[in-house]
Amino acid sequence: MLKRGMYTRIKAMLIAACFFPAVLFAQGGSGDGKPGATLLFVLLGVLLAVLLAAFFLSVSVSNLVEKRRGRTADAQKQQLQDYLTNFSSRQIRQLLEIARQKRTGGQKLVTTLVIVFLGSMHSTVLLAQTGGTRTNLFSETGIIITITLILVPILAGIGIMIVKLSAMLRRQRNRQELEEAEQLAAYLATLTDEQALAELAKRKEALDYHLSDTELSGQQVPADNKGLISNVNTRTFLPFVSPKKKALKRPNIDPELSRLILWYMGCAIFWLLFGTTIGEYLGIKFVSPDADHLSWLSFGRLRPVHTNAVFWGWASLGMLGLGHYIVPMVSNTALASIKKGWYALWLINAAVVLGTLCLMAGINNGGGEYREYIWPVMLLFGLGLVLTLINFLQTIARRKTKEIYISNWYIVSAIMFALTITAVAYIPSWQNGLGETIIQGYYMHQGVGMWFMLFTLGIVYYMLPQQLNQPIYSYSLGILAFWTQILFYTLIGTHHFVFSSIPWWLQTVAIVGSMGMVIPVVAGTTNFIMTFKGAWHKVAGSYTLPFFLVGIIFYCTGSLQGTAEAFRSTNLIWHFTDFTVAHSHLTMYGIICFFLWAGMYAVLPRLTGKEAPQVTVGAHFWLALIGLLFYTIPLMIGSTLRGQMWIEGKPFIETVVHMAPYWLWRAIGGSLMWLSHIFFAWNFYKMISRTETVDIKELALQKLEAQTVATIH
Amino acid sequence: MEFFNNHTKLFRTAFFFFAGLTLLVAILPAINNQQINKALPNAAVMSDDAIKGKQVFIANGCVACHTQQVRNVDMDRTWGSRPSIAADYAAIKRTDVWRNTATLMGTERTGPDLTDVGNRQPSIDWNLVHLYNPRAVVKESIMPAYPWMFTLKQHLEKGDVVVTVPKEFLGGKEGKLVASPEALQLVAYLQSLKQTPLPDGTPSPEFLYKRKQATAAGTAAPTLDGAAIYTANCQSCHQANGEGLPGAFPPLKGSPVVTGDNLELYIGIIMNGYDARAEYGVMPAVGTNANLTAAEITALINHERSSWGNSAKPVNEADVKKLMDFVKLRSPK
Repeated sequence: MLKRGMYTRIKAMLIAACFFPAVLFAQGGSGDGKPGATLLFVLLGVLLAVLLAAFFLSVSVSNLVEKRRGRTADAQKQQLQDYLTNFSSRQIRQLLEIARQKRTGGQKLVTTLVIVFLGSMHSTVLLAQTGGTRTNLFSETGIIITITLILVPILAGIGIMIVKLSAMLRRQRNRQELEEAEQLAAYLATLTDEQALAELAKRKEALDYHLSDTELSGQQVPADNKGLISNVNTRTFLPFVSPKKKALKRPNIDPELSRLILWYMGCAIFWLLFGTTIGEYLGIKFVSPDADHLSWLSFGRLRPVHTNAVFWGWASLGMLGLGHYIVPMVSNTALASIKKGWYALWLINAAVVLGTLCLMAGINNGGGEYREYIWPVMLLFGLGLVLTLINFLQTIARRKTKEIYISNWYIVSAIMFALTITAVAYIPSWQNGLGETIIQGYYMHQGVGMWFMLFTLGIVYYMLPQQLNQPIYSYSLGILAFWTQILFYTLIGTHHFVFSSIPWWLQTVAIVGSMGMVIPVVAGTTNFIMTFKGAWHKVAGSYTLPFFLVGIIFYCTGSLQGTAEAFRSTNLIWHFTDFTVAHSHLTMYGIICFFLWAGMYAVLPRLTGKEAPQVTVGAHFWLALIGLLFYTIPLMIGSTLRGQMWIEGKPFIETVVHMAPYWLWRAIGGSLMWLSHIFFAWNFYKMISRTETVDIKELALQKLEAQTVATIH
Repeated sequence: MEFFNNHTKLFRTAFFFFAGLTLLVAILPAINNQQINKALPNAAVMSDDAIKGKQVFIANGCVACHTQQVRNVDMDRTWGSRPSIAADYAAIKRTDVWRNTATLMGTERTGPDLTDVGNRQPSIDWNLVHLYNPRAVVKESIMPAYPWMFTLKQHLEKGDVVVTVPKEFLGGKEGKLVASPEALQLVAYLQSLKQTPLPDGTPSPEFLYKRKQATAAGTAAPTLDGAAIYTANCQSCHQANGEGLPGAFPPLKGSPVVTGDNLELYIGIIMNGYDARAEYGVMPAVGTNANLTAAEITALINHERSSWGNSAKPVNEADVKKLMDFVKLRSPK
């Protein structure tokens, strides 16, 4: 009765505690107008409720245990029987031993203690409740710090209390278990008849049963009669580089197509080396502005040379090279025209060569990023894409599969959209005054989102399942990502001109679109990560999968960072700073380049039958990844501080001085990235080189054959 | 689904979906903007030199580091007296048959914004020295040098514009440094970059996200940092050490104007500029251009009077205010 009364009292207190914060909150809302103080009270109220709930739960658990103890005699009997059924072999042996001793007259008191520990479920539930407060209101730093400082001891108190309570509970349980054990012992003492003991002995025999380990093999000596095992190594040693899985040889690739793809990749790699050498030099110029005094190498002229060479030279040609492999492959047919592939390659290379020369000579389109090439140069690039589009569409039209694999959705759409945006960007009819700015915002972002990202996703949708040797997790998610990417990405261009003179509503549309981008990004990331399901172990044994994994991680984080950057509040701090530069490298390098490398390392051995040395592939991977982090993280930190200095109204030159160490780190990271490209180029060379390596086994056989022939004659 | 297996339907749908959105979010707003916006009636017409200078600006990719947009946020108040509006760009048309419109708004502010640089830094001499090598005047600058826009001559010809730079920047060569037409055009363009005042009676758009002012009762007005004002407005010519540049910009260290008692002359120079001494470049009306308040001028003067070994007695704000009103009457209008 006493317990009952306490239970009711606690319940009442708990209900009161639940209302306590609500009352306080209402007061705060209408009264002094200091939400900070009110929030603190609310939080304290919630915590009080949590404390009471902890106590209440513990008591109710005790009550439950109490109730369980009041069971019928039948159920109790059944429980004891259950214990017996679940005895282990050792326990049965012990029991039989006792029974034997008993029969011989020896009496022994046996007490078995079974202690069952309660799981720490209470505490998890309780902690989860503290998270249910209204966090969106805690925007003031001071309040957050204060709340954290207050929460620390309170949570510690709750923790101690829970430990104490569970100890109490455990003592209680132990007492009960002890009683139960005594009952069980008493019950076991009654088991003396022959039949029951025989039953137990039989059970023991069943439990003791073991397989002989030779059921399947019999007595045969192990032998590889089907030749399934290769690359046997009997001497173990500590390897410098862990051996990775070799690429599978794929027959039936047209040597002509092979040659075309290799040329695409070779040109791409040339532009990667050229473009990033320029980039590296630009990074150095931030640290040492008087490195040279030549007009052709001045910063303003070289910057677009770098961006355009890596965009239209490296990434575009790399993607198209892989596209020429994937599109016919997933269509299960031959490429419609190899000749068109060559023409496109020539046109695009010509565009980048001419564009580079024009920019260095001071001829550019007028300052819009990524459309610095004048229209006659960009026309060559566009013609290359038109030829490729026709070629790919014809290939898909002749496909031998019913469905169009999703890679081809992405790849063909990317080419169509790239042509659309280039036309929109270069047609002069809507480019006067702010028209130019609106088109610029649209163009520069569709360039990355609709050309590079879409095409690369198409590559991943084919290459990732192929490398994992299992199907893509969800075709539907891929389709969802495809349509939502088109819907949202098209809208976001003008977020590069937030707070500028372009219409406010257009800026808002861009910000909302940037938030919408969460849908395709999360859908895509989920799809790729889930494709790894059950195959994570393959990452360790592959040199392509780490590239994919890094690409996927940056796809998620880099893209979501773009969303965060688009808000008006973050634009205040980050716009116009090098944060944008860090972001574009996280995405164009972290996503696009890593995916392209993954694809190239996967495809090249299938074309040439040769693999790159693992040491240099590893060097490429780690230098690129570490370099990228060195490049981006200091730039992001430095730029955030610079933005804050601007807000505070510090003299501009002070913010230039402030950036110096961060620019130095950028140059160091850039150097590592650049070095990784040298390794990549070397790997490419090793994969295509015609020089034969000496195969000891082959050579020995040839020599033996020659000797045999000589001795016969 | 039939739709997904028919390449014509699938790709046509994707294309028109994208093209439709493009029309709505890019092409139509662009056309609308170029139709409804007109340049301000009082906007200055660019000189031929300035137009040519803009080509030099474009060719050298200056837009990579310099924006030309004052955003409607409080932190951009440094770069102009009002936020940029659509009318400021409305008159900019296609450059020529090869090249697109150059609004040069930019997306990166590695260097200062140039919307109003014609008002902020009107000195031709400073601009030329700075262009030849920015580090000759701003030690910490990372801007590229443009020495190929200058020639070193032994004998001057008629019409040559001589630029005085410190010897160490000439690379050990002797002679007079002469600005090329390219350099003069570029500077003419920079000088033409001035925000057009809105026609009388038109309210200027608001600057958003105002800086929080510490105006709560009980706290004194924040003390102004004279050193910061000096860095932002004076240092590029008179240098951090107050010694100026020999032959280009006079020293303030030990200057009788700075340390003397003729406050009227001192404040007059700051507010209205100065061109009394042939050996130095023309000083623009820095104080007026930057809209410095009496409190800021006071802090600045007291900083200059107590730095680099100067030790004149401080001035008070009331005197400065009075003299500022007085010298305003004499400003060349």
